Amino acid sequence: MNARLRWRKFVSGFMLSMTGVCAFIAVSVLFFILGYLVYHGGTSVNWNFFTKLPAPVGESGGGMANAIVGSAKLLALATLIGVPIGFFGAIYLAEFSGSAVAFVVRYAADLLNGVPSIVIGIFAYALVVLPVKHFSTLAGGFALGLMMIPITLRSTEEFLLAVPNALREAAMALGASKWKTIATVIVPAAYRGILTAVLLAFARVAGETAPLLFTAFGNRFWSPGWGQPTASLPVMIFTYAIAPYEDWHRQAWAAGLVLLGLILVINIVARAILARGIAVPRT
Amino acid sequence: MKRISKGLLLVAFALTAVVWAKGALSINGAGATFPYPMYSKWFDEYHKKNPDLQINYQSIGSGGGIKQVTEGTVDFGATDGPMNDDQLKAYQEKHGFGILHFPTVLGADVPTYNIPGVTAELNFTQDAVAGIFLGKITKWNDPAITGANKGVSLPANDIVVVHRSDGSGTSYIWTDYLSKVSEEWKNKVGKGTSVNWPVGLGGKGNEGVAGLIKQTPNSFGYVELIYAIQNNMPYGRVRNSSGSFIKADLASVTEAAAGASKTMPDDFRVSITDAPGKKAYPISSFTWLLIPEKFSEPAKRDAIKGFVKWMLGDGQSYAEALSYSRLPKEVATKEVKALDKVQ
Amino acid sequence: MAPSAGPVSGSRSLLSRLREGDEIARIITFLFAASVVLITLLLVYDLWQDSVLPRHKFGFHFFVTSVWDPIFDQFGALPFIYGTLVTAGVSLLLAVPLGLGAAIFLAELAPARVSDTLEFFIDLLAAVPSVIYGLLGVFIVVPLMREYIQPGLKKTLGFLPLFSGPGYGVGFLTAGIVLAIMVIPYIISVSREVLLSVPRDQREAALGLGATRWESTWRVVVPFARTGIMGSIFLALARALGETMAVTMVIGNTPTISASLFSPGYSIAAVIANEFTEATGDLYLQSLIELGLVLFLLTFILNGLARILIIVTSQRGSGVGHA
Repeated sequence: MNARLRWRKFVSGFMLSMTGVCAFIAVSVLFFILGYLVYHGGTSVNWNFFTKLPAPVGESGGGMANAIVGSAKLLALATLIGVPIGFFGAIYLAEFSGSAVAFVVRYAADLLNGVPSIVIGIFAYALVVLPVKHFSTLAGGFALGLMMIPITLRSTEEFLLAVPNALREAAMALGASKWKTIATVIVPAAYRGILTAVLLAFARVAGETAPLLFTAFGNRFWSPGWGQPTASLPVMIFTYAIAPYEDWHRQAWAAGLVLLGLILVINIVARAILARGIAVPRT
Repeated sequence: MKRISKGLLLVAFALTAVVWAKGALSINGAGATFPYPMYSKWFDEYHKKNPDLQINYQSIGSGGGIKQVTEGTVDFGATDGPMNDDQLKAYQEKHGFGILHFPTVLGADVPTYNIPGVTAELNFTQDAVAGIFLGKITKWNDPAITGANKGVSLPANDIVVVHRSDGSGTSYIWTDYLSKVSEEWKNKVGKGTSVNWPVGLGGKGNEGVAGLIKQTPNSFGYVELIYAIQNNMPYGRVRNSSGSFIKADLASVTEAAAGASKTMPDDFRVSITDAPGKKAYPISSFTWLLIPEKFSEPAKRDAIKGFVKWMLGDGQSYAEALSYSRLPKEVATKEVKALDKVQ
Repeated sequence: MAPSAGPVSGSRSLLSRLREGDEIARIITFLFAASVVLITLLLVYDLWQDSVLPRHKFGFHFFVTSVWDPIFDQFGALPFIYGTLVTAGVSLLLAVPLGLGAAIFLAELAPARVSDTLEFFIDLLAAVPSVIYGLLGVFIVVPLMREYIQPGLKKTLGFLPLFSGPGYGVGFLTAGIVLAIMVIPYIISVSREVLLSVPRDQREAALGLGATRWESTWRVVVPFARTGIMGSIFLALARALGETMAVTMVIGNTPTISASLFSPGYSIAAVIANEFTEATGDLYLQSLIELGLVLFLLTFILNGLARILIIVTSQRGSGVGHA
């Protein structure tokens, strides 16, 4: 074994362990955050938290039930708006379009992604709130949905493109039409990545506060239907965290913990439900 | 799997239907963050007395409150700084009728600091406060500060000024006071919820400022009285227009309002910083509810009028427990009379 | 870029093409893709319309003035542009190597189960509300910076203008660090998936030619996944440019331009978030909106530069190439 080979082997071992260090750092940050939230907010996560409305200052026993339901409704609406646009748009870019159109759409998506969340909120306010003169869950869901589009679109497109051409050609050789190929071969092959993209976009908007301030507004009480202002976990966290009361601070941390917990659960459930029936193994 | 997801969808929609409150009147308000804890307590207590009435108040900022009530997206607003003539005119032009100010409680800004080795309560003259915030007084052992604090040994360290970065009523009160006691401040910087601060770091929210001060040695800034009390922060005394160094507390703040109540304008838009009165705390302020003169829905109008009346009476008794200062009786009485203007 | 399609469709009638379903699929997906462009254009139009006053009053000076005075109605965007660029730059400088390294580890070295589990957790980083990042920044990162990191950097690298001046804990560097943590999950998550989808034979070919594990990864697999990785960096950049809440809690909120990373500063997104809710007065409000427009322009330029970079350095045969 000559010196050059030894050096290369050393570099290889060193760099690979560095990547391990990187991964370790990233994961430890997450666990640190989780630990901090548990430490500061863990005591406030109780049955009341999930079932009761917020209590006034100084009274214990309040919860954030309306915020949890509110966030769920907002996110459901956001997914309904953001995912189809991102998903089908990505299919167009990956499978149908020419490079010029694809370039423009990708550029637009990246621009949209860079818009500060508060500006998206102002935009949604002008579009959905002002014409009807009241805040609503609909407006909030719309704002969040807009924010989901770029992440979904860009990531899905990458994963669709990563599917080897061989699969497309094989399907066509068997006589399948384009859309059938896409639906039954390409999308399932890229499904893992697509799911990652959607869950990433979902996680991103789940924690956004600024766009909701002018759209979903906030609500002390339950919000019936889709046309009323609604409470949401991120806005509650924001409101409580900047208040002077220690009790509210603890509830803010608790809300952060619950939010993360819910995202984790959704992640697990989504992957579990959609794991069945996928035949293409990881290469 | 299709059945499962369909089932989930049904459950979700059922949930949204089930939580429909039957027959409740829902009123929305938006505005200042400073009185948010007080208002949320009031609206909750009032809701207990009137279960069919839901008043939903969200603190999106005084400017937000003024904007939204002018747009008509909320039924009432709340602000720490009174609307100026242009804003009133804009409201009038948009709606065809005016909007009224109703003071609710009082708040105050206190000077807070973190000087290593100094635990005493410092006295600050008007010149000291203005000079520090203008950037002209840069060290803690400047004569303007030591002159008022004989017996306290202040170090020769650079002062780190901390102010609010977000537009806020708290800044409005502070800059309003500075504009009154310093001609230079008035001409150079002015008063407002957001100003071009000559020096200093910007903290977001009271907790941002408090956090910065707690962690930065030799820092000096301002926070709301409530915040300082609830978080056990040390704060100093400020000299008022009568020459006494007053420490902010609930009584001295109410004193400032009492002094102003004699000259209270009919529309209640008055600044009470640097108010006359021997025991008055000079950096105090009202905070107001903004209520339209006309309501298209009689039910909403009656509900709001009922609330304001209660707030001016029984409601005031809740203020002190939350560290807010109550309105002087004369002002409250005057307001009840003004309520009649709401049609 | 679409791979070569099926039968030549030019000569048949529209109806017969429609019946085959492909044309419908093409039209429908096109509409969705077009809506993205439409939404973006509508947003720009909205911002343009709502920033009439300052554009007429300040014109080009808006870009080069450093004063931001809501009382005397003087507005200039320069310090905010500077802050936005610096914090985004610092965050990417930190997040890209860390994120790529972690993605390589998870895709190439870690066993499948470990990789999947760790990925779950890293994805959670994207779900942490920005408010919480801000609070954690204030309670943990800022004191760390002030007590240890800033003095440490000053002692060792203090001769550089980058690390000069007093350190308050808040500032450009702190904001960059917090942003780096916030954008890392996008880089790791997407890069990892793209790396995983690189065909096995690429690796094996490299190893078969005598490359070490690292060489095979760095010189073959990663370039193959280049465009996906670049895509993840675009996502990260966009997030860093537009982040509001967390930045405003740790950047010091002072409109300053300074060579030092220790200096407090301000970013476009942060000032909009801080002042928009309280802003009264049309010129003030519209100036904030114009700042939003400026950010749009910044994003446009940065994206453009990055894409040019990709095109210029594009290799042949490196998987699917596009900008």
